[in-house]
Amino acid sequence: MTDIAIQITEAAHRFGGVAALAPTSLSVRRGELLCLIGPSGCGKSTLLNIMGGLLVPESGRAEIFGEAITGPRPDRIAFVFQESTLMPWNTIIENIELGLIFQGAAKAGRRERAAEALAAVGLSEFANHYPSQLSGGMRQRAALARVLCLDTDIILMDEPFGALDEQTRMVLGEDLSVLLSRTGKTIVFVTHSLGEAVFLADRVAVFSARPGTIKTIVEVGAAHPRTPEFVTSAEFAALRNRLYTELHEEIRRTMGPELRLAAASADGGRVAG
Amino acid sequence: MRASRAIQLAFVAVLFALWWQATHGWHVSALLLPTPLAVLLRARVLISSGEVWTPLAATAIEVAGAFSLSAVIGLALGVFIARAGLRIRVAEPLLTALNAIPAILFFPLFTLVFGLGAGSKIALGATIGVFPIALNTISGLSNVERPLITAAISMGASRMALLRHVLLPAAAPSVLAGLRIGLTLSFLAVLGGETIASFDGLGHQIADAADNMEAATMYAYILVVVLVAAVLNQALARLDGFGQRR
Repeated sequence: MTDIAIQITEAAHRFGGVAALAPTSLSVRRGELLCLIGPSGCGKSTLLNIMGGLLVPESGRAEIFGEAITGPRPDRIAFVFQESTLMPWNTIIENIELGLIFQGAAKAGRRERAAEALAAVGLSEFANHYPSQLSGGMRQRAALARVLCLDTDIILMDEPFGALDEQTRMVLGEDLSVLLSRTGKTIVFVTHSLGEAVFLADRVAVFSARPGTIKTIVEVGAAHPRTPEFVTSAEFAALRNRLYTELHEEIRRTMGPELRLAAASADGGRVAG
Repeated sequence: MRASRAIQLAFVAVLFALWWQATHGWHVSALLLPTPLAVLLRARVLISSGEVWTPLAATAIEVAGAFSLSAVIGLALGVFIARAGLRIRVAEPLLTALNAIPAILFFPLFTLVFGLGAGSKIALGATIGVFPIALNTISGLSNVERPLITAAISMGASRMALLRHVLLPAAAPSVLAGLRIGLTLSFLAVLGGETIASFDGLGHQIADAADNMEAATMYAYILVVVLVAAVLNQALARLDGFGQRR
C-alpha cells in the first residue's frame, strides 16, 4: 500500500476565465498534517476543494490512495469550513448525528457515536444547545467533533479558525494538535496565520501569488502533540521567520509596490508621530 | 411588552368611545351607524339564537378549502421551481406579474364556472392565496446559505436528504410567512366574494343586511368577522413563532 494519501498532478483551474490555480503538483503523505499558506486569492482553497472532490479541475488529476477523485467521497474525506456550517435549527448533538445520517451510517449507535465525539472535544454539556447559543470557538469545536465522528482517513480544513480571535485560535490549535496526534489521520489545513501553520504542520506548502502554485515546502520537525513551549522555542521562531520571508514578497506582489516614506510624508508630516 | 399591550387595548377603547360619541353626541343616523349597545345586543341575539353558525360555518369551509388548495399548490409549485436556477429566473418574474393582476376581476368568471355557492369563493381565495405561498417558498429555498449546502454535500447528503435536512428547515421561516399571508388573503378574498354574489356566509349576511337597511345586523356580523380575524391572527402568530424558533 502506498504511503501517499493525496496525489495532485498538474491540477489547474480558472473561475470565469480568471486563473485561480496555476498547474500544481503535490503529494500529501499518509498521516501527515500539511498546511497550505499563501496570499489571499492564491488558490489554496481551490486546491483544497479539488482534493476533496468538491471541484473538478479544468486540467490535471487528483487521486486519493491511488483512486481518481471525481466527486465528494464522504466515506474517506471530511471537510471543516471557515464559516459555521452547523445547521442553526438543530442542536449540537443533532448536528453531529446529521453528519452520520448524510454519510449513510446505520441508525443504531448513531447517537452514541455523536455523544462520544462531543465528549472528545469537551462539549458534552452543550449537546442540547443550539449553535447560536455557543461562541464562535465552541461552534468550530463542534464542527471538529462532527468531522471526528465521520471518522474519515482524510480531513480537509479550510481556515477553520479564520473567523476566531487570536487567543481562541491558539487554544483550539493546541487541542487540534492533541486530538489529531492520536488518530493518525491525514490532514490538509489552509491558513493565513504563520504561527498556526508552524504550530500545527508537519510540512507547510507556501503558495505564490495568483495564479498560485506551490512555491516551496517547509518541513517542521517537532513531534506531535505540540505544546505551548514549542511556540516559544527558537526553532519555532526560525521557522516562522522563514515562512514570513517566503511569503512576504508574494503578498507584496498581490498588493502593489511598497509605500515610500516620502510619499506618505506629503500628508502634513504626520508620519513622524 | 405589557405597556404595548395596554396601548393596544386603549386604542380599541378609544375607537369604541368615538363610536359612542358619534351616535350619542353627534347624532349620526342610526341607519348608517347604530349605537354600540344596539350592535352588541344584536350580536348577542345572533349568537344565542344560533343564527350566526350557518353563515360562519359556510365561510369557514370556504376559507379552509381555499387555503388548503393554495397551500398545497403553492408549496409544490415553489419547491418545483426552486429546484433549478433556470426555472427560478423564468417563473419568478412571471408569478410576480400574475400576482399584480387583481384576481377579483376573475370572480364573475368563477361564478359562471363554479356557481354562486362555495366553489366560486374557494376558487377566488385559492387563486389569490397561492401567489405569496409559492413566491415565499421560492425565495426561502433559493436563499439558503451556500456553505450549509456545500457542507451537507461534502458529507454525502443525497438530494432528498439535502431537501429534508437543509433546504426545507432553512426555508421554513419564509415559507411560514408565505402561508400566513396566503391565509389572510384567502380569508379576505372569500369574504369579498361572498359580499358580491353568494347564497351564504358572513359576507353574504353583511351584504344582505345592508340591502335590507338592517344596520345593527350588518355591524353585528362585521363584529363577528373581526373576532374571527383576531382568532386567525393569533393562530398565525403562533405559527410564525414556531418558524422563528432557533
